[in-house]
Amino acid sequence: MEWEVVIGLETHTQLQTKTKIFSGASTAFGAEPNTQACVVSIALPGVLPVLNKEAVKCAIKFGLAVDAEIASRSVFARKNYFYPDLPKGYQISQYELPVVGKGSMTVLVGNTEKTIRITRAHLEEDAGKSLHGDFEGMTGIDLNRAGTPLLEIVTEPDMRSAAEAVAYAKKLHELVQWIGICDGNMQEGSFRCDVNVSVRKKGTEKLGTRREIKNLNSFKFMQQAIEYETRWQIETLEDGGTIHQATVLFNPDTGETRAMRSKEEANDYRYFPDPDLLPLAISESDISAVKAEMPELPEAMKARFMGEYGLAQYDATALTASRALADYFVAVVSAGTEAKIAANWVMGSVAAKLNAEDKAIGESPIAPQALAQLLKRISDGTISNNAAKQVFEAMWAGEGDADSIIEQKGLKQVSDSGAIEAIIDEVLAANAAMVEEFKAGKEKAFNALVGQAMKASKGKANPAQVNEVLKRKLAG
Amino acid sequence: MINKSLKQLGSMLQAKEISSVELTQEYLNRIAVLNPEINAYITVDADNTLAQAKAADQMLASGKSGALTGIPIAQKDIFVAKGWKTTCGSKMLETFIGPYNANVIERFDAAGAVNLGKTNMDEFAMGSSNETSYFGKVQNPWDRSRVPGGSSGGSAAAVAARLCAAATGTDTGGSIRQPASLCGLSGLKPTYGLVSRYGMIAFASSLDQAGPMAKSCEDMALMMNVMTGFDERDSTSLQREKEDYTRDLNKPLAGLKVGLPKEYFAEGLGADVAKVVEGAIAEYRKLGAEIVDISLPNTMLSIPVYYVLAPAEASSNLSRFDGVRYGHRAAEYTDLMDMYCKSRAEGFGAEVKRRILIGTYVLSAGYYDAYYLKAQQIRRLIAQDFENAFKQCDIIMGPTAPSTAFKAGEKADDPVSMYLQDIYTIAVNLAGLPGMSIPAGFAEQEGKPLPVGIQVIGNYFDEARMLNVGHAYQQVTDWHLQMPEGI
Repeated sequence: MEWEVVIGLETHTQLQTKTKIFSGASTAFGAEPNTQACVVSIALPGVLPVLNKEAVKCAIKFGLAVDAEIASRSVFARKNYFYPDLPKGYQISQYELPVVGKGSMTVLVGNTEKTIRITRAHLEEDAGKSLHGDFEGMTGIDLNRAGTPLLEIVTEPDMRSAAEAVAYAKKLHELVQWIGICDGNMQEGSFRCDVNVSVRKKGTEKLGTRREIKNLNSFKFMQQAIEYETRWQIETLEDGGTIHQATVLFNPDTGETRAMRSKEEANDYRYFPDPDLLPLAISESDISAVKAEMPELPEAMKARFMGEYGLAQYDATALTASRALADYFVAVVSAGTEAKIAANWVMGSVAAKLNAEDKAIGESPIAPQALAQLLKRISDGTISNNAAKQVFEAMWAGEGDADSIIEQKGLKQVSDSGAIEAIIDEVLAANAAMVEEFKAGKEKAFNALVGQAMKASKGKANPAQVNEVLKRKLAG
Repeated sequence: MINKSLKQLGSMLQAKEISSVELTQEYLNRIAVLNPEINAYITVDADNTLAQAKAADQMLASGKSGALTGIPIAQKDIFVAKGWKTTCGSKMLETFIGPYNANVIERFDAAGAVNLGKTNMDEFAMGSSNETSYFGKVQNPWDRSRVPGGSSGGSAAAVAARLCAAATGTDTGGSIRQPASLCGLSGLKPTYGLVSRYGMIAFASSLDQAGPMAKSCEDMALMMNVMTGFDERDSTSLQREKEDYTRDLNKPLAGLKVGLPKEYFAEGLGADVAKVVEGAIAEYRKLGAEIVDISLPNTMLSIPVYYVLAPAEASSNLSRFDGVRYGHRAAEYTDLMDMYCKSRAEGFGAEVKRRILIGTYVLSAGYYDAYYLKAQQIRRLIAQDFENAFKQCDIIMGPTAPSTAFKAGEKADDPVSMYLQDIYTIAVNLAGLPGMSIPAGFAEQEGKPLPVGIQVIGNYFDEARMLNVGHAYQQVTDWHLQMPEGI
């Protein structure tokens, strides 16, 4: 029996605003508990929410980035439930009329492009945190996070494997950072995914019953959780069991998912429009104003790299995988490096080093301008490609800039034709037998002579010049 | 002294004929004598109040004073006031000290008015008799065995018994106008959005509106000048140019078209009240008003619509009272759910619980469309009734409440009969319109005169005209100057 997994994602992205979505309290992470909880965050009697316009701007940016409908009128609703870290007893969210409507994103899975449809994205406030470990027999409540703005991004059930889901999540993760609405910090909870998983027999239309894996905060866990959940559902069905709609949690220690509550016992949230907030109106001119502030999007930049710089599609895609990487590459080019050479180095040596040391591009010890300087020394013939690799390693290790390392290590190529002629004369004199062999028609002897000349120069002679002089002398 | 208008008191203070401290002390003395029985105030804090009076005297001395500087005003205990116990009439907030100031409090503070204390009210403003207060019922100064109306019953009784120069109230379905009618004073619920709701503990957010309760329309105009204005902390606050509500007080009424909705004079209206209202209409005719018959066909639907929408909003607004961060928490509990259940069961009274249950029910999955959405649709029809009516007239008049003050306990066990107290006032809140009640005469019950008010409903932002309509009447009548015996 062939099974097919069907996956949809709901992602909570924490928006990078200075203040909370409905109050002026700071959103900075890591402050002492309850020091960033104003009267509104604590939900004192009588306080009222006032919408932060920056959060709306973030939502518009996202809508533009995924080519979505941006609602001219959307409505904030109250989602009612009791929990100690939900101070008002309801969360202000959007329900029937979200700010961002249908859109889409294209992701590369292996070598195949796949379009994931975005159902909607809506603004809402985050809850506080319950601290269970810090007080003997009691639970502490920290309301610093309460009211932090979130954009919840919901997809259609368009993904058919863990790999597709992870590819989408990674692309979304890069995109929200690219457009500057989210810092993408998954450890701090700035980007959290809920994954809806169901299985069905291949070729059938009807969706199976889904289970929702909550709060995945790493791509590795997402991959593992989906794979486990898929296997579990298939095995359950093949054993004659049924799947019940449920919310499940992934345990990274066991690699398993476990139901936390079934949907039957789920809350009735009693959504209704929040009478404290007017419907959110967004005009065409609001959208144009945000559009003017938008950075070039990855797809546009990719097309530009291919057209303007003549890069291959693969290279252009890789270089626009993140804003930081693209910015790095552009900076190397802007500092005077030929684009293709810059691309080769950024995706070659730089990427390999970062990979080996598990670093992000922003953490590269070699600044783009410094790399450009090194690459200039190759193109102007100061050093050979081989020597450049040595210089690169030294720069990575923090030994200085390209010129000082070349100087210090004595890696400058000898391009002085007089000096080269002298070396070659010596080599020819010392290797008369090889010269004879060459003259007898043995081509290999030429390469051996070049090798001898390079050796005699301790590798510093410009190989092109050596070739040229040797050819001339042998012919003469 | 105690019967003087705000304008007169203001002049005396300006002329240093009396100091704010002296005036305030006089009211504090009256409160000490009368409040133990009338129970109009939940909290009196003489030190705090006199400190404000002293500051007001300095303001008066420095010449930076305004119309209300130095005048003692009673604040409904629904407004959070910094350093003041703010209970909202509930055990839930019995020990809650306000850590910030409501916008209304800030405005009175800035004007140099003196906060005389926090007045009694129905618990979370839910009630029409002030009997749901955790802090005990309030006596109607006209007949101590009767209720003052509600939910702003404490403010109404305080003004009627001259335990303050004027008071604030809030009105979600009639909570300013009905007690004003039952206690013989003037009360105005402004257009929704004119007075900031910031710091006013929410009952039903889309209906709640604060307003003045005073001895006359002129007094209310001065209060409105202080209370209204845009507040960025309330998203439903309206951004409008500041108005002077006294500007039209003395305009002649000739040519004014007064509409009488036939639905307000139908079955259910007490004959004694009807008689007083008719007398007032006759007086308006004399003042040059033209009377036209109008219809508000959906009036009868306003009570069911209100008792879906207001509890729905209340059930959510009152969720924050969970025993976690402030307010009442049960002394003993086994787990979180038990803590929630016990704290709320102990902290809320019966009427509040009834409305939370109704509200939770009408918002539940499967019932939302039939109740909440349907009610919202009818709410729009009710607003349209008024829109049509105001094509035929400038002002609508009718009774404020169907009866005079009833006996304490008389309706306490009959919620539906209690809800009918607001039959003429609720539609105004549903439409967001301004409504006012002014004293129009008395009806005798058991040998005692009981006040009767007439209601004046204006179009949106027509408060200045309404106050003009009321003031003109108060220039030719003296109902508003009558005082109960024994105070």
